[in-house]
Amino acid sequence: MRAAVVTFPGSNCDRDLAVAMERVFGRPVVRLWHGERELPAGLDLVGLPGGFTYGDYLRPGAIAARSPIMAEVVRFAARGGLVLGICNGFQILTEAGLLPGALIRNRTLTFVCRSVRLRVETDDSPFTRGYRPGQEIVLPVAHHDGNYVADEDTLARLEGEGRIAFRYRDNPNGSRRDIAGILNESRNVLGMMPHPERACDPLTGGTDGVPLFRALLEPLSRGPA
Amino acid sequence: MKARIEIRFRPGVLDPEAVAIAKALAHLGFEGVRGVTRAKVIELELAAGDAATARREAERMCEALLANPVIESWQIEILEQA
Repeated sequence: MRAAVVTFPGSNCDRDLAVAMERVFGRPVVRLWHGERELPAGLDLVGLPGGFTYGDYLRPGAIAARSPIMAEVVRFAARGGLVLGICNGFQILTEAGLLPGALIRNRTLTFVCRSVRLRVETDDSPFTRGYRPGQEIVLPVAHHDGNYVADEDTLARLEGEGRIAFRYRDNPNGSRRDIAGILNESRNVLGMMPHPERACDPLTGGTDGVPLFRALLEPLSRGPA
Repeated sequence: MKARIEIRFRPGVLDPEAVAIAKALAHLGFEGVRGVTRAKVIELELAAGDAATARREAERMCEALLANPVIESWQIEILEQA
């Protein structure tokens, strides 16, 4: 598993994400700057970390989504490369058009920073097959703009195609249909507000994030053999 | 040329900040408020020589960055400078 983590101005979970990946993957993770115009050859996974890129100016993730490296990430995803956007990374993915919908201000207007219970909705993706559908896991959230919105057609489609990856048990932000994470149509792009990289060490309060990263190590065997 | 762009949520997107404003007004005793909509205004100074060009450029900027068409709509007003 050759993985990279992108750092944008204002990213603040980039190191946490790289450390979590390195522990599980057992090899160094490439660190990329947002100004890069190409991705290293042979990459399997690109991680877009949490943070407050460009101070959340204009809209969260809006400016980062237009940075040079994102054009490459869009091409990488179109070729089937795995892309994982966490928190601000999820916001960047929606702004870049890699995932539908948008993330707006939490319904409570408050910043939520706590561990939340999630229900794993599907094991049919490279990211979620380490869990059982219906399994409950606990991951931390830390965001001000995690309220997922999309029109009814889009929501129905996400639901119908099994592209809701995680749902909140106790919705902390007002997200439509309790959505905490979604997949793209080809299921190689996952965006989620909770932080699996912060739940990879018992010392920091849990290990429910580990199966997500470990699942990525398994060889892809999708479709009929 | 100056372009004045007003960006707001599309109908159907519930704006939590607008809801909070409505509640605060009610707390202050303003009982006649039936609804609150919030918008943001971005003003651009453009080098364009005529209004049509300025409008076209502002439109492209809205699509490319200034607004998110998934949740927002926008209105452009071109103000010719004196």
